[in-house]
Amino acid sequence: MTKVAVITAGLGVPSSSRMLADQLSDALNTELSLSGQNTTVDVLELRDYAVDIAQHLVTGFAPPALAAAIRNVTDADALIVVSPVFSGSYSGLFKSFFDVIDNTALEGMPVLMGATGGSARHALVLEHAMRPLFSYLRTRVVPTAVYAAPQDWGAADDDEPALEQRSRRAARELAAMLVGRPVNPSRPASDRMEPSAPFEDLLARIQAPTS
Amino acid sequence: MEIGVFTVSDVTRNPLTGETPTEGERIKAAVAIAKKVEEIGMDVYATGEHHNPPFYASSPTTLLGYIAAQTERITLSTSTTLITTNDPVKIAEDFATLQHLADGRVDLILGRGNTAPVYPWFGKNQQDSVELTIENYNLLRQLWDNDVVNWDGKYRTPLRNFTSTPRPLGGVPPFVWHGSIRTPEVAEIAAYFGDGFFANNIFWPKEHYQQLIGLYRERYAHYGHGTADQAIVGLGGQFFMARKSQDAVKEFRPFFDNAPVYGHGPTMESFMDQTPLTVGSPQEVIEKTLSFQEFFGDYQRQLFLIDHAGLPLKTVLNQLDLFGELVLPELRAEFAKRRPAHVPDGPVRAKQKVGAAAG
Repeated sequence: MTKVAVITAGLGVPSSSRMLADQLSDALNTELSLSGQNTTVDVLELRDYAVDIAQHLVTGFAPPALAAAIRNVTDADALIVVSPVFSGSYSGLFKSFFDVIDNTALEGMPVLMGATGGSARHALVLEHAMRPLFSYLRTRVVPTAVYAAPQDWGAADDDEPALEQRSRRAARELAAMLVGRPVNPSRPASDRMEPSAPFEDLLARIQAPTS
Repeated sequence: MEIGVFTVSDVTRNPLTGETPTEGERIKAAVAIAKKVEEIGMDVYATGEHHNPPFYASSPTTLLGYIAAQTERITLSTSTTLITTNDPVKIAEDFATLQHLADGRVDLILGRGNTAPVYPWFGKNQQDSVELTIENYNLLRQLWDNDVVNWDGKYRTPLRNFTSTPRPLGGVPPFVWHGSIRTPEVAEIAAYFGDGFFANNIFWPKEHYQQLIGLYRERYAHYGHGTADQAIVGLGGQFFMARKSQDAVKEFRPFFDNAPVYGHGPTMESFMDQTPLTVGSPQEVIEKTLSFQEFFGDYQRQLFLIDHAGLPLKTVLNQLDLFGELVLPELRAEFAKRRPAHVPDGPVRAKQKVGAAAG
């Protein structure tokens, strides 16, 4: 069973970010089922956690509902993340959510990125803003990122809408990353505090000459 | 079981009057609070250490030395003493001197500090903070436990034929606690030396501290100091009370809402749900405090934060009077009843393992 966490920072109900997120997760579902894998999808609308996220920023710890949501994300096998474009970048809420997650908790996590905006001219936000964020977090981001402009929800080309094509390509890339490889081999379970090395080893490490 | 108060030494505006006390007023207030702690029968007064506004407590042993002269019974402690940026030699000297002045009523909590610029201000790097903690504490132990020290390290100039004076009172160094909010290595250090472990416990949910304390207890037993439940644990806590619960809520809310750290964030109610803060009646303070024992196991020291967020001195002293009258006797009786005979009722250093790590 592959656990997929879908994170969307759309603010409207419904939002186009949520629509894109659903489209991407449906596409992933289809791809994974082709290779015989079952998928569970957990959708996180960050809007529902906006106050909790702000409180976490102020107090340094997550209220219970947000703590559970973060656990779902860090325990997932793959992430689909979608943000609306605000002022030329991902939204502040989107960034704040990743700010309150431990910066090593997502190492090695397969990620598919999406964004929505009021104009096609913002498409490179995915490459110039969002991809560096997920590089910093040491996730593994699939090459295709999916941007949806207003016209993507309307006119279709000949027999297949372009947005659907891009979604399918991105989902295929994510599925390829997931199929047949061990899931999160190195990432520790979230919330688990790793014990320290023994004191004498800690001391020896300081005293040993470092090359 | 020892019960006391600790301060973070903030100089904060009173949100009701709009007035900010002077540093001098807060320093004198610390003395008045410590004397009140002794008067009502509590056991410990501890001060923080900071090197930047809005905090006044940059010189803990000066403050505690003055308090030592005006008290007779309470233990004077710190919360915390910065083991990363203070010279271990100076810590050894200062606290041994304080021991002599206070007739032994001294211990200390070591911590790494939480203000990033303090490291560069004292010529250190924050990235080295865990290594500094390990090396500095290892040296501090040698300075107190051995009359003559020859020492080489990475972060401090070497010592040849050095004797830290005065020697600890009666040859017994102050008891040491190690405080941490997130670092398993600190729990390891405390366990290795058979020292105490103090979990600030104020700002984060208890599940977080439970893991750290669990690691400490496990390693304490591993090093042969005793069973896991004999390890020496201290906890922070925070209360504001009135005889009637709703009066406490009404009086404290403006201070909570404007407090440094958590002000302008969560509601007081959700903060109470998620952290050790109690705002309510004496009975509620008793119940919440006893729940710490249920959650963390039998422990040896409970310190409360009571004087922050701009609370005026008069209010703080009233809080302590109320605590002494209605809470302290109940807590003492109940903690005593719950503690099994094999668990120490106060901080006692386990059989020393010192020497093993001494180079």
